[in-house]
Formats: sequence, structure tokens, C-alpha cells
Amino acid sequence: MKILVPVKRVIDFNVKVRVKSDGTGVDLANVKMSVNPFDEIAVEEAVRLKEGGKATEVVVVSIGPAKAEEQLRTAMAIGADRGILVKTDAPTDLGGVEPLAVAKMLKALVEKEKPDLVIMGKQSIDDDSNQTGQMLAALLGWPQGTFASKLNIESGSLKVTREIDGGLETLSLKTPAVITTDLRLNEPRYAKLPDIMKAKKKPMETIEPSALGVDIAPRLKIVKVAEPAKRKGGIKVKTVDELIDKLKNEAKVL
Amino acid sequence: MAILVLAEHDNKTLKPATLNVIGAAKKLGGEIHVLVAGAACGAVADAAAKCEGVAKVLKADNSPLEHQLAEDIAPLLHEQGKNYSHILAPATTHGKNVLPRAAALLDVQQISDVIAIHDAETFERPVYAGNAIATVKSSDKIKVMTVRPTNFDAVKNSGGSGVVNEINTATPNTLSSFAGQELSKSERPELTAAKIVISGGRGVGSKENFAIIEKLADKLGAAVGASRAAVDAGYVPNDYQVGQTGKIVAPDLYIAIGISGAIQHLAGMKDSKIIVAINKDGEAPIFGIADYGLVGDLFQIIPELESKI
Repeated sequence: MKILVPVKRVIDFNVKVRVKSDGTGVDLANVKMSVNPFDEIAVEEAVRLKEGGKATEVVVVSIGPAKAEEQLRTAMAIGADRGILVKTDAPTDLGGVEPLAVAKMLKALVEKEKPDLVIMGKQSIDDDSNQTGQMLAALLGWPQGTFASKLNIESGSLKVTREIDGGLETLSLKTPAVITTDLRLNEPRYAKLPDIMKAKKKPMETIEPSALGVDIAPRLKIVKVAEPAKRKGGIKVKTVDELIDKLKNEAKVL
Repeated sequence: MAILVLAEHDNKTLKPATLNVIGAAKKLGGEIHVLVAGAACGAVADAAAKCEGVAKVLKADNSPLEHQLAEDIAPLLHEQGKNYSHILAPATTHGKNVLPRAAALLDVQQISDVIAIHDAETFERPVYAGNAIATVKSSDKIKVMTVRPTNFDAVKNSGGSGVVNEINTATPNTLSSFAGQELSKSERPELTAAKIVISGGRGVGSKENFAIIEKLADKLGAAVGASRAAVDAGYVPNDYQVGQTGKIVAPDLYIAIGISGAIQHLAGMKDSKIIVAINKDGEAPIFGIADYGLVGDLFQIIPELESKI
């Protein structure tokens, strides 16, 4: 079984986000960038399937700037076998390459690479859309197992446990399929130095979006990006009695 | 042009989030239709028809639709949705699962998590875990969007006089099937619809200790939530999680207990009307957004609060 794992270069989750003063977007200059955390979980899951003898090859793909090679190398340090970079200078967070365009490019890559499974993050922590996996599944006519917290592969079919609003749901999917990961699917390993060194020598192919033959023009125009309304901090109370008094008589919520 | 709203339901009752989405649809202007897809879901269709502002209900009632799998509902939305100006669903796990699949079939770039409507093609949505708000204008012919229920007023669930039209459904999909579920059973109100939410974090310390949070919640008729840290530590199930990737809540009163206030958690509750923080660390970021903060040992404070409230 061959697995394709898309990974996205995004702002590191620990970095404080700054909105640009001209309202055009978020300032990403000289900011630490990382693999989108949900995608890292996807890479880990694919690598575990390979280590467990269920998968034969793990291919990682990123659509982004030349520097997204760093994220592909990180994924290869975790254990992916090779990388494909679809190089574009268009923004990948806002006002550039949108989820539908990404799904179309991934579809073209799936048709070329012919994986049996695509595992990807449920959303990226920059534009927070939570769309690409579902869209890719739709375009391919494949089933989808979104927000996965458990994955079992049996002969020819998958059992996916999904995190839903009411609890957990398990679906059986035919392969090939698209899986999107939730937080509790696994805990990604820290890559060890020898693996990081080894990852530098793994094969890496760079292609242009035009080679995939899809229209990636944005459909959404970013009118403005602004900071959210700030919530003012309140007061500290000293006792439980004071708290109850405030909630009853000042806030009137009890 | 008319607006199509995907109903959220469990074949028996119409979920309150649907009323908020109909409220959002009213802001767009145009006749409002509701799609109820499920099995033996006639009562839901009738309830949707009674909602304020609903002109028509499209009822797809067929046993293979019982679990409302994306592989069945998305083609239905694709087929029915072509003649609408907007297709809306609540930004619940169901809406998030189904709607992008339908959007791709329609060749539309979906707009996720809409929190404000400027006009029929311009919307606000949070990005970067709510640290920035993007105003976007769509050039697609059909606008497909998930809507954050807490940001729109619910319409009344009575007074409407919509007609119910049965629609034919396509053959069931052969790609996916339902294999089971484990739903949290609770007498408490639903997290996203509760007037009071009490959440615990890592500071609560264990699964057993969570009982004091639940006891307080039951006294107040509140829902119980949790931070990601508490869910990851196994204190409570995943569906308790409030935050960027969990549930978004905006109750009248939110009490955060033993929660430090990571950005990802704040993204899920900062629109609450009144926020109370109880934490032993007086420097915890949660105090920066709380209306009332109380620094101290939660194991003393919570039982005292519970007995006096």
C-alpha cells in the first residue's frame, strides 16, 4: 500500500500572530515556520503504517514556496520516503492558493502517483478552513474519513473512528480513501539527528503548478484582515462570596 | 434566488444550531429552503417547516441516509443546490464534514466559519485561531458556507408555514458505511447551546476530580466543557473540548477552572458574555480576558461555590 501525505508550511503554533498594519494579511516575515501540526500527525500515522508492515511507501507533497522543502525534509526525517514540492510563490494562507485549488493539484498528483490512501491534516492552523481533504475525496470520487482519532486497516477496507460533536463515530471505507487527522490520532515522534541527516539525502522532486494542468486562480478576494475586537480583562475578586455577589448583582447571570 | 440551509438533526429532532443558521440566511435576503436528509425524519421536516422564515423544506427520507454520510449527502446537495444563490450549513462536525465535499462537486471555493455577513457576497471569518478576522468577497456563482451558530441569532421555531416537498434521492453510495458509534450520554444541556458552561483544564488533575466540576454544573444546570489538555490527559471524552479545533461556545456565563488559557482554548470561548476564571496561578493568561478572576486552590473554591450558589 502506497500512502500520499500532503504537508503544509505554516506559522509555528507557538508564534504570536501579528496582523499587518495595512490590513492585507498576517505578517510572516522572519517568523518561525513549521509543518502544520495536523499534517505532522498524518505523517506519523503513515510512517507507523509502514513500520507495521501495512504500507510500502510514504510520499510527502507540499504546495508552497521553495522553503517548504524544509517541511518536506522534516516529514522525511519522521520517516517518509520521498518528497514532491509544487513550488509557488503565491500566498498559501490567505488570498492565494485556496483549498479548492490545492485539492485540484493534489488530485492531479494522486492520478500520477496512484496511492491507495491519502492521509492529511483536518485543517491548517493558518487559514483554518478544514476543506481540502473533503474536496480531494469529492474530486477523486473516493470515500472520506475526516477528523480521525483511530485508523484500522483490514483487507481492502478501512475502519476509521471519527471525533464528532456527540462523541465518536466509526465508518468502514473502501480503499482508496482520504483520511483527515484529528489531534488524538497519535503523538508524532521527535526526529533523531541521524534521521534528520538521512532525510537530507532522500529523493526530492520539484514541479511547477502549471505542470499539473489545473486552474488555481483564487475565487475569494481578501477585502481586509483585521485584529479581532479585544476583550478587556476584568477584575480579580478575593472570595467566593464576592464572586457570587458580582455574578448575581453586577453581571446578572445567576 | 433562494437560499438552501442544511438541517442539523438526528432523525428525531431538529438541532438548535439550524435555527441560528436560518437566522444567518435571513440576513442574506431571499427565500429560505431547508434540506432535511435522513431516515424516518418526517418529524424533523415538520419542525423545520414551522421555523420562522422558512418557505420550503426539501425532505429526503430514505433508509440509507440514516447516518447522513458525506458520500450520500454531498451529491444530494450538489444536485439540489445548483439552483440556489447560497448553501449554508452550521459549522458543526457534520457541516464541516459534508459541505466542502458538496462545494468541490459544485466547483465552488467554500467559505468556512462565517461570523458576520456584510452583503450577499462579502463575509467575515476568523483565521489563525481567531487571532485575525478576514473579510472575504466571493466571486463564485453559488456561495457555499459554514456558519458559526453562536454568532447569529436563532429564529423562532414556531410561526412559520413552510411547505414540505419530498425529493427523490440518488442510489446509496457504495464507498462508505456506518460501523458504529459511541455517543456521550448526558442529561446536561448541549455544550454549544447551554446558557452556562463550566470547563475544567489540566489543573483539575484527574478523571475522578472532574466530578467536582460536574457537581457544580448540575447545580447550575450548566454544560461541562474542557480544555484540550484535559481531553488529551484522558480526564474527559473528546466531545467536551472547547477551542479552535473543538467546539465554539458563547454562553451567558463561562467558568474556566484550572485552565491556563492557551490561545487555542480562548478561540473557542472568548465570545462568551461573562467569563469567570478560577486558577491557582495569578499570572495565567486566562485572567487577561476574564471579567471576574479568583486566584486560589480550585479544590477549596469549587466545593464552596457549589454549596453557596
